[in-house]
Amino acid sequence: MKAARKASQRRSRLVVALFGAVLAMLAVSSTGIANADEVGTDEYDFVFSGNVKFNSEPLEDVLIKVSGNGYDAEVVTDAEGKWKIGVPEKAKYTVSIDESTLPKGVIVADEDANGSSKEAEFGLTGNKTVNFFLGVGVRNVTSFGDQLVERIVNGLNFGLMLALAAIGASLVFGTTGLSNFAHGELVTIGAVFAVVLGVFNHWPLLLAIPVAVLLAGAVGLGLDAALWRPLRKRGTGLTQLLIVSIGLSLALRYLIQFFIGGNTYQLPGSTDAKIKLFGSVSLSVVDMISMGVSIVVLLAVAWWLVNTRIGKATRAISDNPSLAAASGINVNGVVRIVWIVSSALAGLAGILWAFFIPGVKWDMGGGFLLLIFAAITLGGLGTAFGAAIGSLIVGLLVEVSTLWIPSDLKYLGALAVLIVVLLVRPQGLLGRKERIG
Amino acid sequence: MDWGAVLNNTLGWLISPTSIAYAIAAVGLAVHFGYGGLLNFGMAGFMALGAYGYAISILSFGLPWWVGIIVGMVAATIFALILGIPTLRLRGDYLAIVTIAAAEIVRLLFTTQVFDEFTNSADGLGGYHTGFREANPIPVGTYGFGPWQYNERDWWVRVFGILVLAVVVLAVFLLMRSPWGRVLKGIREDEDAVRALGKNVFAYKMQSLVIGGIFGALGGVVLALPSAVVPGVYVTTLTFFLWTILLLGGAATIFGPVVGAVMFWVLMAFLDNVVPQLAVDGILPFTSTQAAVVRYILVGVALLLIVVFRPQGIFGNKKELTFVK
Repeated sequence: MKAARKASQRRSRLVVALFGAVLAMLAVSSTGIANADEVGTDEYDFVFSGNVKFNSEPLEDVLIKVSGNGYDAEVVTDAEGKWKIGVPEKAKYTVSIDESTLPKGVIVADEDANGSSKEAEFGLTGNKTVNFFLGVGVRNVTSFGDQLVERIVNGLNFGLMLALAAIGASLVFGTTGLSNFAHGELVTIGAVFAVVLGVFNHWPLLLAIPVAVLLAGAVGLGLDAALWRPLRKRGTGLTQLLIVSIGLSLALRYLIQFFIGGNTYQLPGSTDAKIKLFGSVSLSVVDMISMGVSIVVLLAVAWWLVNTRIGKATRAISDNPSLAAASGINVNGVVRIVWIVSSALAGLAGILWAFFIPGVKWDMGGGFLLLIFAAITLGGLGTAFGAAIGSLIVGLLVEVSTLWIPSDLKYLGALAVLIVVLLVRPQGLLGRKERIG
Repeated sequence: MDWGAVLNNTLGWLISPTSIAYAIAAVGLAVHFGYGGLLNFGMAGFMALGAYGYAISILSFGLPWWVGIIVGMVAATIFALILGIPTLRLRGDYLAIVTIAAAEIVRLLFTTQVFDEFTNSADGLGGYHTGFREANPIPVGTYGFGPWQYNERDWWVRVFGILVLAVVVLAVFLLMRSPWGRVLKGIREDEDAVRALGKNVFAYKMQSLVIGGIFGALGGVVLALPSAVVPGVYVTTLTFFLWTILLLGGAATIFGPVVGAVMFWVLMAFLDNVVPQLAVDGILPFTSTQAAVVRYILVGVALLLIVVFRPQGIFGNKKELTFVK
């Protein structure tokens, strides 16, 4: 019994260590991927890539093979140990390394690998990094504590960008009562604008991103003027509005696919090298800027809500729309501003998320929407500050839970929390009881 | 353009297994939303449970095919209970958010590598057809005329699907003219009034959620009958299509969801045949890959317009409006 438990503990520690090693490799491999030796990357949208290294030294001329789903390809690593193979389908493939092409005495010593091959599958994007742990026994073991710190930092980063989108959705819900299912698409739109300006039109990022955020805000203004305001005037019911937002979400999502196609695009700088900070925590410059931007913007929104006239009016409408209207607040005007702000925030969240994943794809907002819902339910529907707190918790949960559960299930924890919260405390952390009935 | 081929391809969808499966699930959604007023956005999860319940009980446990269908229905019942207990006492939009999240959880669990032994993760399941095909009473051969010429296997899938659909429609018809159905409709119109009459509103809603969920699972089974179960099918988009179908036909009608499903798929097939061809011919100014996306944009726009301008659907009665609150 005891021995078995010890063995399993050791095993889990080893897995964690390997995970750390792969992450470290990822960090290094992300510099100058363009030089990688590539096969089939032009024909196909889905790309496996990797970096073969032993003791931090790149290994040249190592043969890598990909097979599965009736497709076979092989490639030889370049002087930097890098390789890339494009595959036709977003499916599971077997990636293997030809051990006879490795230097003498070096073998694949990867716990996740089956001999010298590994099963690999794509996540949210069309890119997947597959790295093999090579060795003869000496490994850089990362401690559990360092892993935890690393995940927490990542989780905070993710939670902060989630908070940007969630606060917007929460403000819309508070002022109009609408659970906006199209909010995920507003997230995508921001990232797509950034790609169109920054990548297609080669604008400098410092210009492209603010303009993209403004354009996202303009989309919110347009939607309010063309759709939501007329519907409010008609007195359309909340359930109807909810389904309208679903129709809008479908239309926008496929409209985006119509314009940018099914490919994944990278914003410049999203694959920059990470800088080692402390312990095992390494962040790229973009990550650090992203966290800084999120914090500044969140504080600005909080200040706006608490101190400005319109911010106060927004909270008043959230509290009691009829009373607010009766006290002379221009509800339609405030709602218009809320739509602009919330769309711009969603767009900014999308751009930051595009750096985080990394990649921009037409359906990226769909999964994000559910996390937004989880965050605002956790914090309390309609409370802006609750949404921010809920987002941080969801972000941390998503990232930290990968220490124990496989990463393809990492969103499961956040969604399960949603259901548990409704069982235990339906009004959420900061919500008030009378709202739920 | 070859209009004969277009017509042929399009009309085939009148009785395609997909149309039938969507019709069954849409009837289930009618029990949830049309009659019970429950905002269930997790129908894809119910369908996935039906399909995987069917396939896994045959492949991993060697059960007969009809037991597989029952397993799928039981799985949907349990899922409905888990969903309903925390949410049915709360306001409608909570149910909407929870069901959409729960369906996503179901899909993630079927997609993950962890249960690869049972679910074959992202690749999905296939090759569970032996039992169902052995039960086929139709002799070997090709039957039918015009666009509807299929071999005995394809006919068996369609006939079985239509039988299930008929049973489901009959069940809804009988349920909704029973006292139970009247109470359920009452809950949709005014929950508090029904509660004041001493009815257990929670229990009625839960029964509605379970019954509609079972119909959803049956839809999933029929969707799985002809070919394979792939987790990528059971995404939120599937649920949204079902809502479009339901609202197109009329949420609180018996045949609305059925006609809605058939119309939806025939129109989708028509657009799929025509729009890319128009793009190739240079009549429409975009590429053929873009043209393939156009029909999905139209689905979204159609859903939006139906809800705003004809919320009772094609067959619905304006007096029996389903958007009360």
